[in-house]
Amino acid sequence: MSVLNSKIPAGPLADKWKNHKNSIRLVNPANKRSIDVIVVGTGLAGASAAASLAEMGYKVKAFCFQDSPRRAHSIAAQGGINAAKNYRNDGDSVHRLFYDTIKGGDYRSREANVHRLAEVSVNIIDQCVAQGVPFAREYGGLLDNRSFGGVQVSRTFYAKGQTGQQLLLGAYSALSRQVSVGQVKMYHRHEMLDVVMVEGKARGIIARNLVTGELERHSAHAVLLCTGGYGNVFFLSTNAMGSNVTATWKAHRKGAFFANPSFTQIHPTCIPVSGDYQSKLTLMSESLRNDGRIWVPKKQNDERRPVDIPEDERDYYLERRYPAFGNLVPRDVASRAAKERCDAGYGVGQSKMAVYLDYASAIQRYGTLEANKLGEIQPSAQRITELGTQVVASKYGNLFEMYAKITGDNPYETPMRIYPAVHYTMGGLWVDYNLMSNLPGLFVLGEANFSDHGANRLGASALMQGLADGYFVVPYTLGDYLADDIRTGSISTQDPAFDEAERSVQDQINRLMSIGGSKSVDYFHKALGKIMWDKCGMARSEEGLKQAISEIQALREEFYAQVRVPGSANEMNPELEKAIRVADFLELGELMCYDALNRNESCGGHFREEYQTEDGEALRDDENFAYVAAWEYGQGKAPILHKEDLNFENVKPSTRSYK
Amino acid sequence: MSSKTMRLNLKIWRQKGPKANGKMVDYTLNEVNPEMSFLEMMDVLNQQLVERGDEPVAFDHDCREGICGMCSMFINGRAHGPMTGTTTCQLHMRHFNDGDTIVIEPWRASAFPVIKDLMVDRSAFDRIIQAGGYISVNTGSAPDANALPIPKENADMAFDAATCIGCGACVATCKNASAMLFVGAKVSQLSLLPQGQPEREERAIRMVEQMDKEGFGNCTNTGACEVECPKGISIENIARMNREYLRAKLVQK
Repeated sequence: MSVLNSKIPAGPLADKWKNHKNSIRLVNPANKRSIDVIVVGTGLAGASAAASLAEMGYKVKAFCFQDSPRRAHSIAAQGGINAAKNYRNDGDSVHRLFYDTIKGGDYRSREANVHRLAEVSVNIIDQCVAQGVPFAREYGGLLDNRSFGGVQVSRTFYAKGQTGQQLLLGAYSALSRQVSVGQVKMYHRHEMLDVVMVEGKARGIIARNLVTGELERHSAHAVLLCTGGYGNVFFLSTNAMGSNVTATWKAHRKGAFFANPSFTQIHPTCIPVSGDYQSKLTLMSESLRNDGRIWVPKKQNDERRPVDIPEDERDYYLERRYPAFGNLVPRDVASRAAKERCDAGYGVGQSKMAVYLDYASAIQRYGTLEANKLGEIQPSAQRITELGTQVVASKYGNLFEMYAKITGDNPYETPMRIYPAVHYTMGGLWVDYNLMSNLPGLFVLGEANFSDHGANRLGASALMQGLADGYFVVPYTLGDYLADDIRTGSISTQDPAFDEAERSVQDQINRLMSIGGSKSVDYFHKALGKIMWDKCGMARSEEGLKQAISEIQALREEFYAQVRVPGSANEMNPELEKAIRVADFLELGELMCYDALNRNESCGGHFREEYQTEDGEALRDDENFAYVAAWEYGQGKAPILHKEDLNFENVKPSTRSYK
Repeated sequence: MSSKTMRLNLKIWRQKGPKANGKMVDYTLNEVNPEMSFLEMMDVLNQQLVERGDEPVAFDHDCREGICGMCSMFINGRAHGPMTGTTTCQLHMRHFNDGDTIVIEPWRASAFPVIKDLMVDRSAFDRIIQAGGYISVNTGSAPDANALPIPKENADMAFDAATCIGCGACVATCKNASAMLFVGAKVSQLSLLPQGQPEREERAIRMVEQMDKEGFGNCTNTGACEVECPKGISIENIARMNREYLRAKLVQK
């Protein structure tokens, strides 16, 4: 029998969460005052959890490595947040959002978790509006919606192309309110470097004060990791420069299982790489696929300017291959289709590794509509373009500006060049229905856990999951766990477990500082990223993955012999911070390859070249792989696989078709 | 797209720690690609410094998409450099020329003490938000999102104010090191929305008082903040904050 117990409540799917909430234990308000909770990370999941738990009366300590909790990378999410409000009267419902998410995830997520996510999605919008989040509205004063990839309803709420920013600032304001009343103690410029296990329970963390370099001990009755995803293992990704796996990896080394690590989302619409100095990639929101059309020339190596290529010499390959969903197919499908065209020699731009995202026809369409609205009879072509440009600017202005700043091109006049890039990681620490890892007292929220998106996440669902976990799930489930701790009293940081954890962190820092090699941390990070992108990226094969594992092992050895970390450990030292993070990426990358190698099927973002249909679509194997692969740390040897079988009682897994 | 590389002379503020004396240090950087972002140019410099055994230049940065508000360089006498509506991370080297000298300093304001090199401590902004930059609504108690229609115009104005990224360019560029654009943006956002009404007076007073306590200067209407704000926040928000503050003082119980 599996060591994993998902603790999914019994009963019909739609009643599971309600019944569970009604039956789990509570902690009374007086007892909450004597319970400490540590929240690591202050993005949507962390800030919302810290604020909600503090409002309930728990004493919270929150940590972020940035200079303010408002900087967390949730802030960069552009397009929107899904909710099954059905404000458009277009047939949306909790069930449809549940179904779309399960299907979008290619049947590799848990039904019960996803249904709960869809249920609480509606509460999130209410909560955010009450906080003063300025979502886009219509002239009647009610909330506006748009649609995203992989669905056929409009359920995405948005604030221009800055939805993540506005939602994060909402959560940050709720967190700030709790800091002001003393319910949350905020530790900014602090990085968690280990989790402390006392008698089998997570009871604290070791954090490094990044300004002074001091190691600090913090104790609590439970620890929540809300530390985001690990896309930066690829070096180039749309993640922030500081996004890292360290908190969850340290927990993994302490025994927490890492689930589906190879499930990586490659986002189809990003600005292409321009040179080897490149430090990160920039996403152009999926919302652009609402109105933009994606194409490549029908002729290979066509050197003409895009505007000079006539309509009948363009291949709108998504519309051609997937007529039902067209440009709005899910991300994994759109990304692979772009790669297929570029690999076949139809790519555009200097590198030939890009496709066009074209707004010309949207500008014409909106311009005509706008002229009709204004009662302008027979407007000139120039006038239509002018009006259409205004409409497009009002919808996507900040994205177009960003594109222009980065590339120097004007996207209103010439199509944007885009290419897929690493964006999100569906994998993460394994958690049960209560969001607790297999380590008692260690909870994992948001992108850091594996729970809701299966093998592919749908657009506008990351914000939804982060806030669902923080505002509406963990405030209930944490109480059930903490009900045993009402008589425990405060946890001492003098426990030998703290000594031992602090010593191991100190040893690692000493080791890194003393190598004194000749190569920078970035050198190793870039080398790792290249291995991962080439062999564990959009397409994977048994042979490539085996090579990648040995290359990563060799790179790791070289890292510990050749890296140079300047400065000292007792001061602000950004190179040391990077070195600690890259050391963890060098282990994670190997695990991702093991996971990808184990999964002899293609599903969602995981595409094994050996397993595809004749027309190049992913070939899933439900008989043998309808499970969550949860890996136990190998302690220097190969990782150990534990399986959690996925049972589909309400949705019958079928081949995803967006044709 | 030009592939010609540039040679740059950099003069960068180096300061070992909060209490150490700082100084400008000269560096020469060859083969700068015009397609690089400014921070990628700094990465290349740091890479070279590490490889030759020197300490790299510490600077704040994170998202590199112009939205987190962490990057904060004063470039050739301007917050976030020569382009308007642009954070340092979104500034690209194509706006500089071969042979240019570029002077790079941290934000300078007594309320933003230097931590190291180009990094400053902006926690004063967090404390101002903690003083009242929120609507007191507990999780779970919100009414339906569409229960309260908000005129689109007000929602749009609130959004424009809410796009502030808290980078501090307004303070850095102001001769008085005033934080009024930052504070005005948050006061405006919340006072424009019906949800913000119950705490409207208290919020304006508490945020302004905290701003003063942190040591930020006053506003003398030079308007530099509006010019340098990478998000184009209008100084109308300062005027609205002043009205809100005055109104609050008048109706204060």
